[in-house]
Amino acid sequence: MTRALGRLVVVLVVVAAAAAPWLAPHGSSDQFADYLNAPPMRLHLLDTGGRWHRPFVHPLRLVDRLESRYVEDDSRRVPVRWFAGGHLWSTDAPDAPLLLLGADRLGRDVFSRLLFGARASVGVALAGTLGALLIGVLVGGLAGYAGGLADELAMQAADFVLILPAVYVVLALRATMPLVLEPARIFVLIATILALVGWPMAARGVRAIIAAERRRDYAAAARSLGAGHLRVLVRHLLPAARGFLAVQATLLVPSFILAEATLSFVGLGFVEPTPSWGTMLYEAARNVRDLGAFPWLLSPAAAIVLVALAVQLATAGDTGSGLLWRAGPGRARNLQID
Amino acid sequence: MTTAHRRLIGYAVRRTAFALVLVLLVSSAALVLVDLAPGDVTAELFAAGLGPEAIARERHRLGLDRPLADQYVTWLGRAVRLDLGTSLRYQRPVRDLLGERIGNTALLGACALAVATLVGLPLGVVTGSRRGWLPRAVRAASLTALSVPPLISSLLLALLAARTGWFPVGGTGLAEAGPGALASAATVAWHLTLPTLALALPFAATIERLQSDATAAALAEPHIQAARARGVGDGRLVWRHALRPALRSVAAIYGIIIGTLFSGSFAVEIVTAWPGLGRLMYDALVSRDIYLVAGCAAAGSVFLAAGTLASDVALAALDPRLRQDAP
Repeated sequence: MTRALGRLVVVLVVVAAAAAPWLAPHGSSDQFADYLNAPPMRLHLLDTGGRWHRPFVHPLRLVDRLESRYVEDDSRRVPVRWFAGGHLWSTDAPDAPLLLLGADRLGRDVFSRLLFGARASVGVALAGTLGALLIGVLVGGLAGYAGGLADELAMQAADFVLILPAVYVVLALRATMPLVLEPARIFVLIATILALVGWPMAARGVRAIIAAERRRDYAAAARSLGAGHLRVLVRHLLPAARGFLAVQATLLVPSFILAEATLSFVGLGFVEPTPSWGTMLYEAARNVRDLGAFPWLLSPAAAIVLVALAVQLATAGDTGSGLLWRAGPGRARNLQID
Repeated sequence: MTTAHRRLIGYAVRRTAFALVLVLLVSSAALVLVDLAPGDVTAELFAAGLGPEAIARERHRLGLDRPLADQYVTWLGRAVRLDLGTSLRYQRPVRDLLGERIGNTALLGACALAVATLVGLPLGVVTGSRRGWLPRAVRAASLTALSVPPLISSLLLALLAARTGWFPVGGTGLAEAGPGALASAATVAWHLTLPTLALALPFAATIERLQSDATAAALAEPHIQAARARGVGDGRLVWRHALRPALRSVAAIYGIIIGTLFSGSFAVEIVTAWPGLGRLMYDALVSRDIYLVAGCAAAGSVFLAAGTLASDVALAALDPRLRQDAP
């Protein structure tokens, strides 16, 4: 039950990221000057007279500029328009935008930015995971298949990367590049850095599996039928590591989403105005004391927790043993795969 | 001295040697990486309106115009004598800066680890040995807490603090503390509450989950059945007979936890303005202060290596099986 729920949420998040331009009522940098730091709007069904309508919102009116306090102007009903202008939902009136999660300091829709931000945050995490797994398969596969000195060296290298202080390495690597880059290059850069830091666990696991599998009869049979080393490795041995790689991916994606958030939070990842969950948190936490007044600005934090929780639930059982497996006796040497 | 002792010491020595090599490699790499990066600490002078000659003079004074290999050899020669050079930005010896900051990070880390252990271990023993709504609620809470990384937990606690005013949000509070060591200790402890809780939360959950699984596994062992058959009571079974084997698997995670704790501490320090090593490293990177970056990287890897070393040796002492195939 919970596993199905977790998987459903993961799929929904990925779909939401992909369909962001359609699901979001507004563009990621549309500004509404009358709605700076406006709170989330409520969708109404009943008007003040107690009559039922299709979902509508009331425009917000600023009553206290100093405290950014808004009240609903319930003399006007602005109906939500469905499937209009290339958006799932939006409103007709430019002075009454649909702000489901409120607006930020610059009057931009937090909900829309959250959706567009998912593309950067989840996208870069997925790309980084893919890269880390690729390096892991390459290094681990070759080390496990070749054995001997190559194996020893590769595993020493993996050990070395594994015990580095990860955050510091990521920061130092990022700092070697110019601070100001265009978003697409930042995306590639972050994904590459994450892949470079995240491969060792994958490599160790793959190596352990390949080293065990290559002694099995079916590998010998493939060899004696005339298959080359590469073919044996790729077609016959690597498929045995599929399950392990899937578990590894589910461990990496949430931690990479967090890594993006941390990097952007300190100003070394994506930068304004590119929406990402990290840049949004950075904007929100500019003045920690303001957080109390505008809690909706922390919705990216909720999104990050939601994704991490969903992944936890979706892989309940797998990652539980995964955690113990990471911590097992002699974790530096003899990994056991069950 | 017994053979077992000698083996344990040999193991510790080998691990220490490895840690030293690690420190050397990491700090050298940091120095080279930052040197490769565009711009250096004199970039601000240009913004301050100084001409190219003045900047060149300043670079010469700081030794930044010499070839990298040359700079590196000088740095290495000094580092051997534990002199890590002078911070170009703060104009103070890197060693002094590091000393101040690493103490703060260590304090934060130690407090968080203590809170996480004190909360996580007993809860884990309870959830691993009992059924009912309470253990189930604890389990759900810790699965949720596992998904709240320190960056998020510190932001959420900052939100809570801002709304309720229960505890202060930023800094150490030393500036506005009253006179006397006791008063300043109390102020620091008060300001330490939020960062400690933020950092401890995910680790308390990790420890709870592991201890829970390990307790359940230990209770299924034959020697527990035997003890139960001898008439040992339930409480004694759980808290004496099952605890020791269960603790071993949790002790194994401490090596990893210390690494993650260190990473988490960075985020917490940034959010709550706790003046630790993480903030210093960040400032150093942004201002391209190469000696400070190298120093921070060195201090960070010493910190991490020492933590892992301590936990590995403790584990080897707890579990004789590890010593035999020790690297």
